[in-house]
Amino acid sequence: MSGRKAILAGAIGAALLVPAAARAVDPPKTGRPAPADLVKLMDISIPPDGTGLPAGQATAKQGQQVYLTRCAACHGERGEGATNDRLVGGRGTLTDEQTFKTVGSYWPWATTLFDYVRRAMPYNAPLSLKDEEVYGAVAYVLFLNEIVGENDPINAQTLPKVQMPNRDAFINAFTEPERR
Amino acid sequence: MRQKKDDGPFDGAERVAANGLLHRRLFLSGGTLAAGAAALGGLGTATPAAAQGVFPDWRLKPGKSFTGYGVPSRFEEPVQRTFTARAPSYPSPGAGSSRTPLHLLEGIITPSGLHFERSHSGVPDIDPEKHTLLVHGLVRQPLLFDVESLARYPTVSRIHFIECSGNSGAGWGVNPPVGPVATMHGLVSCSEWSGVPLSYLLDEAGIDPAAKWILAEGSDAAGMSRSVPLSKCVDDAMIALYQNGERVRPEQGYPMRLLLPGWEGNMCVKWLSRIKLTKGPTHTKDETSKYTELMPDGKSLQFTFPMEVKSTITRPSEGINMRGPGFYEISGFAWSGNGKIKRVDVSADGGKSWAEAALAEPVASRALTRFRLGWQWDGGEIILQSRAVDETGAVQPTREALIAAKGIKNAYHYNGITSWEVRASGLVKNVWA
Ligand code: HEC
Repeated sequence: MSGRKAILAGAIGAALLVPAAARAVDPPKTGRPAPADLVKLMDISIPPDGTGLPAGQATAKQGQQVYLTRCAACHGERGEGATNDRLVGGRGTLTDEQTFKTVGSYWPWATTLFDYVRRAMPYNAPLSLKDEEVYGAVAYVLFLNEIVGENDPINAQTLPKVQMPNRDAFINAFTEPERR
Repeated sequence: MRQKKDDGPFDGAERVAANGLLHRRLFLSGGTLAAGAAALGGLGTATPAAAQGVFPDWRLKPGKSFTGYGVPSRFEEPVQRTFTARAPSYPSPGAGSSRTPLHLLEGIITPSGLHFERSHSGVPDIDPEKHTLLVHGLVRQPLLFDVESLARYPTVSRIHFIECSGNSGAGWGVNPPVGPVATMHGLVSCSEWSGVPLSYLLDEAGIDPAAKWILAEGSDAAGMSRSVPLSKCVDDAMIALYQNGERVRPEQGYPMRLLLPGWEGNMCVKWLSRIKLTKGPTHTKDETSKYTELMPDGKSLQFTFPMEVKSTITRPSEGINMRGPGFYEISGFAWSGNGKIKRVDVSADGGKSWAEAALAEPVASRALTRFRLGWQWDGGEIILQSRAVDETGAVQPTREALIAAKGIKNAYHYNGITSWEVRASGLVKNVWA
């Protein structure tokens, strides 16, 4: 097939939902097999069921030091907010005149906190915390929100089971498009 | 701004709604506006000596030589993105946004250097030779792609807007602020994007039938990540490599960004480096804590992806004032994440009567669409509004209707009608009407 035809077929195939098998042209295959160990290292996202949470654990008590030294400057000593988001409190304010959306009042999943803190916090040095330190900071923020106890071990088994107060308030508004 | 005296060529034009709105045919036939161009007389006989003082300085000596990459005229220096200046001590200046000066632009394409920015941890300085895209998860074979290899796939080019779902968010709230177009709506821009359909890469990796979503992750310091239904990825998602003919700008995701036509800008993950096929959504920070819509009953809508039909007049608007009664062109943008713009109506009496505006070609799906309408302003105080309708029949709501449906606590997806008050002095102000 000529180059021009191939390009048109590619564009049309993609735009009109023609399944791969029906496309007039096979695009080149340039992907290199990704080594399993690299995939494992790069795969840092954690869904609500906790798949992929690393080994290790910490309690809020153990995490306090990490929080105070690595987080408090921007989020406040007790998570009350400073230059950046308030992380604590606000429970029951979602329908009040003044609303505070925080980890405690708004977030549906505790796993999100681990995922996010590990990948993006502290803002000035992302991906710098050890897994235990992430568990510790997470435990401490959950403890400040009165969601876990000071000595509860937070780890791959316990974190997905943490009941976030606002979990049931989220409605999935996405509906799959109808297929012809 | 085009302007004619009251006795100009449009005085007899058909008025179709209150306060001087003219029939859109003025802009459909083209060329009608040429009538008034007066000839510049009397210069033809000037001698070179006499030309001193008649011709401008820049005609009297050769201009500057060639440059490798051109920039706008120095006189256009005020045309800038706007953003909140931070004190040097502020710890996170890279988490925020800059806004497109929509009111100073024409046509539908946003110059790449003026495309709005929304970043969660600054703009990374990515070496394209060291950048890879990993596709893994529920696939037959996890694959790594690099920038160079993606250039070998059949390329698609499409014009699409990208809009931050927090754009126009000031409209929520009890006493919303007012301001110029850029301040209110500057988190939308439109480019011609070229790149590779994502479906090619997914097919190549081999989609496991259990996969229903993907997680897309960026290579910025925020590791920005969002979940996207697989159906969208297969339908029309693109790995954008080019923006308006040149490589995607760093602020827009160099060397590659995910483009999901019509959907929340935040999902069009910049600096794209990983796609994981998953059974369900991952529930990242930016699809739970942020970019969810808090309703009056305390429930939150999650995964509200397409940006709804919207429009705003950009001329006249706050800062683009009137200069006396007479003919004006009303000009603005309309767009919808659900398809093409079908129609835009303009009102000069606060929404009581409406005149259909002319839509300038091209009218592309999920792209900014330029509308124009002739207007004979008699100098009175009036309120200008625009109301867009898309091809699905969705009509841009009034702020009142929007708030009745969604309350005031939502911070995202605001698409209410914008009002511009034209005062007798010629001053134009944003108002809530
Ligand atoms: C230098 C300032 C800074 C430091 C230090 C910092 N953060 Fe942040 N944090 C930010 C910024 C900025 C954001 C918002 C980022 C964005 O716009 O997406 C943020 C967002 C967050 C959020 C999301 C808030 C929400 O409700 O959406 C959490 C949770 C968080 N940080 C936790 C932490 C933890 C835990 C630490 C310590 C390990 C930490 N942060 C250290 C600046 C900081």
